[in-house]
Amino acid sequence: MYMGNEAPTQKSFRDVKKGIKSWLVTLDHKRIGMMYLTGILASLILGGSFALLLRFELFEPGGQFLTKQQYNELFTLHGAVMIFLVIVPGIPAALGNFVLPMQLGAPDVAFPRLNLISFYLWIIGAILMLITLFAGAVDTGWTFYTPYSLQTSTAVVPAVLAVFILGFSSIFTGLNFMVTIHKFKPQGMGWFKMPLNLWALYATGLIQVLATPVLGITVLLLFVERVIHIGIFDPTIGGDPVLFQHFFWFYSHPAVYIMILPAMGVVSELISVHARKHIFGYRFIAYSSLSLALLSFLVWGHHLFVSGQSRLATMVFSALTFTVAIPSAIKVFNWTATLYKGSIRLNAPMLYGLSFILLFTIGGLTGLFLGTLSIDVHLHDTYFVVSHFHYVMMGSTLVAFLGGIHHWWPKMSGRWYPRRTARACAVGVFFGFNQTFLPQFVLGSRGMPRRYWDYDPQFTLLHQLSTIGAVILGISLFITVCYLLWSWFKGKPASSNPWGASTLEWAQPSPPPLYNFEEPVDEIPELYDYDDLEYDEATQNWVRNPPVKA
Amino acid sequence: MSHAADHHGGSPFIQHHFDDAGHQFQTGKLGIWLFLVTEILFFSGLFVAYILYRAQHPEIFEYAHRYLDKFWGAVNTAVLICSSLTAAWAVRAAQKNQKRLLTFCLGFTVLAAFGFLGIKAHEYHHKWEHGTLWGCRFVPDEDPHGKALKPVLPAPGCAAEGFTAPKPVPGKVYDGELPPPNTGMFFSVYFGMTGLHGIHVLIGSFIFIWLFLRSRRGDFEPDYYGPVDYAALYWHLVDMIWIYLFPMLYLIH
Repeated sequence: MYMGNEAPTQKSFRDVKKGIKSWLVTLDHKRIGMMYLTGILASLILGGSFALLLRFELFEPGGQFLTKQQYNELFTLHGAVMIFLVIVPGIPAALGNFVLPMQLGAPDVAFPRLNLISFYLWIIGAILMLITLFAGAVDTGWTFYTPYSLQTSTAVVPAVLAVFILGFSSIFTGLNFMVTIHKFKPQGMGWFKMPLNLWALYATGLIQVLATPVLGITVLLLFVERVIHIGIFDPTIGGDPVLFQHFFWFYSHPAVYIMILPAMGVVSELISVHARKHIFGYRFIAYSSLSLALLSFLVWGHHLFVSGQSRLATMVFSALTFTVAIPSAIKVFNWTATLYKGSIRLNAPMLYGLSFILLFTIGGLTGLFLGTLSIDVHLHDTYFVVSHFHYVMMGSTLVAFLGGIHHWWPKMSGRWYPRRTARACAVGVFFGFNQTFLPQFVLGSRGMPRRYWDYDPQFTLLHQLSTIGAVILGISLFITVCYLLWSWFKGKPASSNPWGASTLEWAQPSPPPLYNFEEPVDEIPELYDYDDLEYDEATQNWVRNPPVKA
Repeated sequence: MSHAADHHGGSPFIQHHFDDAGHQFQTGKLGIWLFLVTEILFFSGLFVAYILYRAQHPEIFEYAHRYLDKFWGAVNTAVLICSSLTAAWAVRAAQKNQKRLLTFCLGFTVLAAFGFLGIKAHEYHHKWEHGTLWGCRFVPDEDPHGKALKPVLPAPGCAAEGFTAPKPVPGKVYDGELPPPNTGMFFSVYFGMTGLHGIHVLIGSFIFIWLFLRSRRGDFEPDYYGPVDYAALYWHLVDMIWIYLFPMLYLIH
């Protein structure tokens, strides 16, 4: 077994073949993961720039530099790019692709070619999204609600086609991961000896496979509607526009869990490794991932509280919505208990991990406000919803994504990012994020509607605070992307296990060889057990101490 | 993988990251089952739309389903069931290394798929001729019993969308039973469901052509016939969806 300090006998996946072409046709899950990461970070910059433009427009009441129409197009594209190109594929397709087979001790995912197809579907979706941008954009909001999406003259067709194709990219990734976990789990690794990251990715795959096809048929019907007027969602000829909302949210609510569950998996790893403690309540965290996946399918109606849904359905959906709080809280309590009396290292991944716990708690609890019927009538379609959503999606998922990138970067690139700058940026993201979105809770509860280009002068101060926060956030993220790019080429070499983690990917050289393991995995290290690992100052590496056999 | 053969012996199609042929087969099998689950959910949107509109407007379905040709629908059902039999038989032939039978069964499945599509095209053509199309394009020239029908747009919203109905011929006797409002919705659902199903049949026929060619080349053997098995499973699902569509659209009262 690889002990940590030996020189690798095989070339790393970065060096095994050179040249752009060897990347573009690769079947190696690690290279595909890196290509995803590149594309996703580029999309993040694009979507983030849209967000900053929106925030600058809102710096003062009245028009600044965008027309009303441009404002509508920008928030639509900001949402569509961030959801479908960044957050949904983010953790599974980039980090998951890289880490999942390695944590299983497998040479690759089950279907490497399908994996590459997923990636190219993502690329096609991204290109269609760009075409949308230049073909007159789209102004429906990322939800494409009918009947407006049937009437607007903007480029709905390429946008929904992009979403359709991105959906299939997501389905194939989820399917691939589920099969890989089922069929490539090594002999010595039972279900409850899997890293929690894998549980989370498995639950995510389950939702991707079960929910995304419904989005597929929904946007396909919208597409057909726009092209040949089939009328399923068109009320003027007997169609039902609310049916679109049901279909859309039957996917898009579970999709929220496609986005958050892998984040929870990443955070479970971060918290345990960087607090140097066995994860608290392993089984509860694992089961709560599955129960979130199940509950996610039963609550879509809470998006339709004011859409003319029957009162009974509304009450049932409200009650079911509250149950989601239980598995979520189980996770938060278990992470907190893991931190208790741990030796917490405040490095960049852990700063992101701790940010996640705080921000997710705020995001989750404000979700309960919105699940409460009487309060929702007041708060729906206000900045309160915007802020809640961003706390869960950006403050939680994106922050965990960043934490995961910083955690696995030494393994993925074999190099170090500038660690002090990374810590500073993590702090910048946390404070910038809170300054952007805390004022929006206040704005929303005072009645500021979302998606408005103009506002009442009394909201000016809060909007300005929010914009300044967004600038801090934007700068921190931009620096992060820059130094990651720099360190891929120029960073200091990293050791094989710089964090002292116990999962299998760290028991291999950094960066790993083409098929991940120098020899087949015969021994599974005890999960989340850090007693056998010893820090070697000379190589800055944690080395496994073979237990002395009596 | 070029060096797969020296890792495992046997079929050159065993990819090197699998332990052995059995591992590859079982992995693919789980993959295709999961894919079939996504297919069912993909169709589910249209099934839900069907249930909803039929429950709310039974009169539309009652009236419009008579336009469909029960005879050709039944023939197509038989064609698909036969092709499912040959698809299943192909799997067995591959398992037992009966290479000629395998090629025959795959070829027959392809022919049946094209037969189905041909009959479907005939039905679509007939509807095109008589204006029994989706949404606002539902402007039939005759009622379900073949009596002439005065050309009327199916819904008030259609004129606003720019659709027009042909002018009635002066002096002609229009004695057909007028359709209920929004009857175009039935054909929206009909074309949506059968169209999506037809696309699946088309994709299936390409898959079976590919398998047919591979089988002639002698790729399949008892150690390696996964693609035949997976394609057959897919084909059974496509068949089964039609077995639901036929009574739901053609045989209702």
